Amino acid sequence: MTVKTTAAEYIGEVRDRVENFHGNQLVYVGWDRHLMFCSAFTFLVAPAASFRSLRDDVMAGVFGEHPEWPTINWDSVRWLLDGQPFTPELDKTLADQGIGHKSLLRFDTPELHGFMNAGV
Amino acid sequence: MAAKKLNMKDKYKMLTRDLDWEFSYQDRKEAFPYEEYEGIKITDWSKWEDPFRLTMDAYWKYQAEKEKKLYAIFDAFAQNNGHLNISDPRYVNALKVFLGGVTPVEYQAYQGFAHVGRQFGGVGARVACQMQSIDELRHVQTQIHAMSHYNKFFDGLHNWNGMQDKVWYMSVPTSFFHDARSSGPFEFLLAISFSFEYVLTNLLFVPFMSGAAYNGDMATVTFGFSSQSDEARHMTLGLEVIKFLLEQHEDNVPIVQKWVDKWFWRGTRVLGIVSMMMDYMLPNKVMSWREAWEIYFEQAGGALFKDLARYGIKPPKYVDIATAQMDHMSHQTWWNFYNFGEAAGFHTWIPSDKELDWLSEKYPQTFDKYYRPRWELAKKMEAEGKRFYSKGLPQLCNTCQVAMINTEVDDPTMLVYRSTEYKGEKYHFCSDGCHDIFVDEPEKFVQSWLPVHQILQGNCGGADLETVMREYYGMDVGVDNLDMKGSPDELRWKEWKSA
Ligand SMILES: [Fe+2]
Ligand SMILES: [Fe+2]
Ligand SMILES: [Zn+2]
Repeated sequence: MTVKTTAAEYIGEVRDRVENFHGNQLVYVGWDRHLMFCSAFTFLVAPAASFRSLRDDVMAGVFGEHPEWPTINWDSVRWLLDGQPFTPELDKTLADQGIGHKSLLRFDTPELHGFMNAGV
Repeated sequence: MAAKKLNMKDKYKMLTRDLDWEFSYQDRKEAFPYEEYEGIKITDWSKWEDPFRLTMDAYWKYQAEKEKKLYAIFDAFAQNNGHLNISDPRYVNALKVFLGGVTPVEYQAYQGFAHVGRQFGGVGARVACQMQSIDELRHVQTQIHAMSHYNKFFDGLHNWNGMQDKVWYMSVPTSFFHDARSSGPFEFLLAISFSFEYVLTNLLFVPFMSGAAYNGDMATVTFGFSSQSDEARHMTLGLEVIKFLLEQHEDNVPIVQKWVDKWFWRGTRVLGIVSMMMDYMLPNKVMSWREAWEIYFEQAGGALFKDLARYGIKPPKYVDIATAQMDHMSHQTWWNFYNFGEAAGFHTWIPSDKELDWLSEKYPQTFDKYYRPRWELAKKMEAEGKRFYSKGLPQLCNTCQVAMINTEVDDPTMLVYRSTEYKGEKYHFCSDGCHDIFVDEPEKFVQSWLPVHQILQGNCGGADLETVMREYYGMDVGVDNLDMKGSPDELRWKEWKSA
């Protein structure tokens, strides 16, 4: 189904196409069951950035506010990339491991249940 | 010889239906080019029943009387420093959200009704829409005049018009109306007159007007009552349009159902901000948002959809999900604003202990389990001198533009993530409802102007948030935003009260 218009064919301008981000791309990251953060975050990153810098610089910069962040056991973390189980390689680039423009990355920390064990 | 004075019936006829004429040398289809493309079939416009039953001259007379009374009260309010009678300065923050979120969409309603008031082939529908258009313009004006008194004494009310299509949370109501106004004329009426003004309007106006009354704000109470008599006519138009479309042709039924589904869902997402005002921003509470939903949607809406069933119309899709989420919506929304209180044009705060207990009582299934712990964390951080402000930018829903704060009905500790791919691009949604709306009209919603993405594209005046807020949003940074505690609003209030 497409937009009903008076025009024969109607094509919308894709406002968030990757070209509009000047060489960078978006990636969304959410920490499951840690609702101190009301939603996942939107980050502007270089496709050539390593996963390590995404995790230790970009993500740490916002998720680091959480009292549990320093205690995360990264070996047991389960990742989802665009809904599929995913094993990140720390020193590979985002682009090389399929983290594309507007990809959603979620991580779950099975030993940590949030502030007051309430998923916060 | 004609009588000098027309009787009421003739006058009504001549000033409404008689304003139409037969097209003798122009093609009627070219005169009303938007009337058919939505697929709606109208077989007989004369069956349209005028919902307003007013002629223009009577309309001017009534409205002028209303204005006279209203402005007399505004004058008295200003002369008596009426703002000093409000319950608590926190209350004014609800007015800031109202002025930025509601007043500009009243203006969009005025524009939208002026447009469709030209485009319908039936004169009855045209006249009704033109009158409503003028009503909506009056609402804009009276709201601005009511708020201008508060603007002299409180921060954050000075640039509502500049903020309405730029600031991240204002884009929610703004884009709602952009969607409706860029739809065809019948969808516009279904969206605004039926779904918004008939089905959901009480959830906006009752909390506000009762909220104003409970919190000593006579200016808002007065403009509320003044527009309520207009609203009654608008609701009649909303009911007339759906019945008229359903009675005109059976092919209209599935089209109308789709619009009912879409606009109900969009409406509930817009109401998130109202839910938070009711439960968190009103110092003197009227009722809980959950209770308002039960009275004004579940009971009233239930009866309405029972009535519409004979046309083959079903209650809106996902109504069960929306209703289940009403136990969560206000808590999630206020937490969203508390998280991003640094980037908001009004103040946020931790509820008092008394308020936390009120929330526990009103939301026995959800508050203590899911939401009180967040406030305990916020209190702990505040006590340590680190008031929590989230540092990043949130992920937004591509349809409703609300931050993706929604949680799953069967597990409120899990955020809802829905997505789709269209022409190789990824799109994310807060709900199945928003997902379905996108998938139905992707070429429309690939154009969504998402405030977070716009900042990151560099289209909002700067790379850091403070520059965006100062230069692009026109906020007085450090004054309009941040916590209520220690704000200039709070300090001034204390001075006035100790004087
Ligand atoms: Fe209005
Ligand atoms: Fe209205
Ligand atoms: Zn949404």
